[in-house]
Amino acid sequence: MKVRIAALVFLALLALGCVLAGWIAPQGYAEQFRSEPDAACSRAHLLGTDDLGRDRFARVLYGTRVSLLLAPAAALLATALAGLIGGAAGFFGGALEGCVMAVTDLVLAMPWFFLLITVRALLPLNVSPALSVSITFALLGCLGWAGAARVVCANARGLCRSDLALLARAQGASGLRLLWRHILPNLRPALSAQFWISIPVFILTEANLGMLGLGVAEPLPSWGSLLRELESCSTGITQPAILAPLVLVILTVSSFQIAVRKEEKHA
Amino acid sequence: MKFRSLICAFALLCLAPLGWAQPGSQLKFCLGSQPRTLNPLLVADDASETVRYLTGGVLMRLNRKTQQLEPELATSWKVSAAGKSITFTLRENVRFSDGTPFSAEDVAYTMQRLMDPALHSPGGDAFRGGEGKLETQISGRNRITLTFPAAVVGLDKLFDQVAIVSAHSPLKEMAVLGPYYVAENKAGAYLLLKRNPNYWKHDASGRQLPYIDSVRLDIQQNRDIELLRLTRGEIELINALDAESYEKLRAKAPQMAVDAGIGLDSEQVWFNQVAAAPIEGYKKAWFASTRFRQAISRAVNRGDIARVVYRGHARPAVSWVSPANRVWFNEKLQPHPFDPQGALALLQQDGFQLQNGTLRDREGHAVEFSVITNAGNKGREKIAAMMQQDLQRVGIRLNVVTLDFPSLIERITRTFNYEACLLGLVNDDLDPNSQMNVWLSSADNHQWNPAQKTPATAWEAEIDKLMRQQASTADFKKRKQAVDRVQQIVWEQEPFIYLVNKEALAGVSPSLHNAAPVALRPQVYWNIDRLTLGTQVADKR
Repeated sequence: MKVRIAALVFLALLALGCVLAGWIAPQGYAEQFRSEPDAACSRAHLLGTDDLGRDRFARVLYGTRVSLLLAPAAALLATALAGLIGGAAGFFGGALEGCVMAVTDLVLAMPWFFLLITVRALLPLNVSPALSVSITFALLGCLGWAGAARVVCANARGLCRSDLALLARAQGASGLRLLWRHILPNLRPALSAQFWISIPVFILTEANLGMLGLGVAEPLPSWGSLLRELESCSTGITQPAILAPLVLVILTVSSFQIAVRKEEKHA
Repeated sequence: MKFRSLICAFALLCLAPLGWAQPGSQLKFCLGSQPRTLNPLLVADDASETVRYLTGGVLMRLNRKTQQLEPELATSWKVSAAGKSITFTLRENVRFSDGTPFSAEDVAYTMQRLMDPALHSPGGDAFRGGEGKLETQISGRNRITLTFPAAVVGLDKLFDQVAIVSAHSPLKEMAVLGPYYVAENKAGAYLLLKRNPNYWKHDASGRQLPYIDSVRLDIQQNRDIELLRLTRGEIELINALDAESYEKLRAKAPQMAVDAGIGLDSEQVWFNQVAAAPIEGYKKAWFASTRFRQAISRAVNRGDIARVVYRGHARPAVSWVSPANRVWFNEKLQPHPFDPQGALALLQQDGFQLQNGTLRDREGHAVEFSVITNAGNKGREKIAAMMQQDLQRVGIRLNVVTLDFPSLIERITRTFNYEACLLGLVNDDLDPNSQMNVWLSSADNHQWNPAQKTPATAWEAEIDKLMRQQASTADFKKRKQAVDRVQQIVWEQEPFIYLVNKEALAGVSPSLHNAAPVALRPQVYWNIDRLTLGTQVADKR
């Protein structure tokens, strides 16, 4: 319980830091101090500067905002799609379920990381970094529903065959009422768990895209683009501050996992 | 017991020379990928090129230090006045690595194969100036004349890339005339090259070259691991380092870090000027304006790019010929200065106005465009980010888009759905003729507006004329004049905005002697047959 509280407090503080980034960060995230590239930690730059002289503390704050706000949004989209598609398949069953599950299997089998790279390459070029990152996460959300849809479908199917549904039908409940009053409320824990599970997945996927240089457009930072600083660390870390985004990702993903475990217990 | 000990000691003494015998010297370095071919006539990638350089015997070799041609398998040569034919006098008593004698027949066979359209040899394209067949005329055992269907400019220099293969050896192209031969090839792991026992070259004291007995080429894709291996003493050289790795090496092992000075490679940005490109008309008008391009060029701080992105290991670029190319560089030209006010003045002449920090054209469109570059190239991504901030100062919004390489190539060569592109040019050849496929307006690699039926602008027509002119004469003075003028036009018109020329950086172990890294490829092992390891003694002459 204490661990869960600690995790939630950490996530809350992180969210607060993101919201107040404009006030907390001493510098703009895009401003280049070209006379001070790769500067060490100092009063002016709490976490030093990156290789273009940009304040790392400001970039970590804004990067956290991007990843922490948009990953849940993408998770929400993916969960909503999973609820809609999986729920409908489980509720109606029969041929529809067969078709939906076949499509789900197909989506799961696709190398969607490469698909994502391809789809991203087809996007218009002249979009602002903020829109670009929103599109990236929207794509993640649109492509990440399949796994959750299978779980939701199985749950919905189980609920439709349960005594609860049998009793409701015996009492004359219509299909829509059965869905709205009995099935959906009982699917909520499963959907909630899928939502929480998806968040760290999307954070890491964006980080992976960022590592390939295909994530968020310059100059906007994200955890993915910040983690790229670690690419050249195999020959030694000269500045421990470059580990800050990695530590944040680990702590955040762990915190989400701790929160998820509790949700799963509820489910 | 004492007797047994005595026998053991005696046995150990007898066996010691076997165990402690000095193994043959072995040079080790890494290739970024598995060579795609070991056939020297089909080389198209860097790794295969390395193997060809180390194993192939050539008629003449460009000395990477002096930038002059030196005789190798040919003791002398003469190019005809028309530039269509070349006559070689070949070295006698030379044998391939398997013992097969070398003769003029091998040169004829190599050139016929190289120019056979069915072989699709990338090296053959440079010799194909026109339709027709290559004619070979052998006089005696060691004299051969090659007559090409059309004049080939810089004909003699092209033979630096032609490794002679045997017409008679049962080993075919695996029989070589270079300092080493491929003894072992473990795909994906390593290649082992052993000293060619029949290599013709000897040092001044009569000792057969090369000094080093074998070369092990490990396949290693990760550049950081390669650097670690150098510092641990597991490999002896890294032929080309990026600035970041170079600085790390300099901090860790300064004696290993070598800066060979300015290189031939450049980084440049260009605007899409294709008339049919799917971009807005007003943007096409911006990109077609010389003043607009000049203004962008002046608004970008090249000095900062060289200092920040390349840690000072690059220099602001001038035009398409690098200052490293001592013969062809136009020394009258200087890099464009960083001058945001001058840039704004140029833009105002074209009707642009800076309003509340946003630059607008005559029709009121805010000046905003995107630049595409290949994802994963950290240097280019940093350059783009720096350009973004520089252009912001003159009210221009630049959107940086990183794309996977196939998507980028698709856009710049087929769909032309892009506005500006940031890429680099890797240049191996000193002769400007090698860039005909870039500068002719009809060429496919004329990136800003490729494959034009007729030149779109007067200055492109002039470049066409000058490039053809320099390609049709063997008179160096005339060629130099033409190439200087083309550099001048490109400097003025800026179809490519040249940003920086990178320095040639290398890592060399102190145990490797006689290494004299240069800017031209292969930077470190260009004099492979003269390199020595450890305590080996070499004739330095």
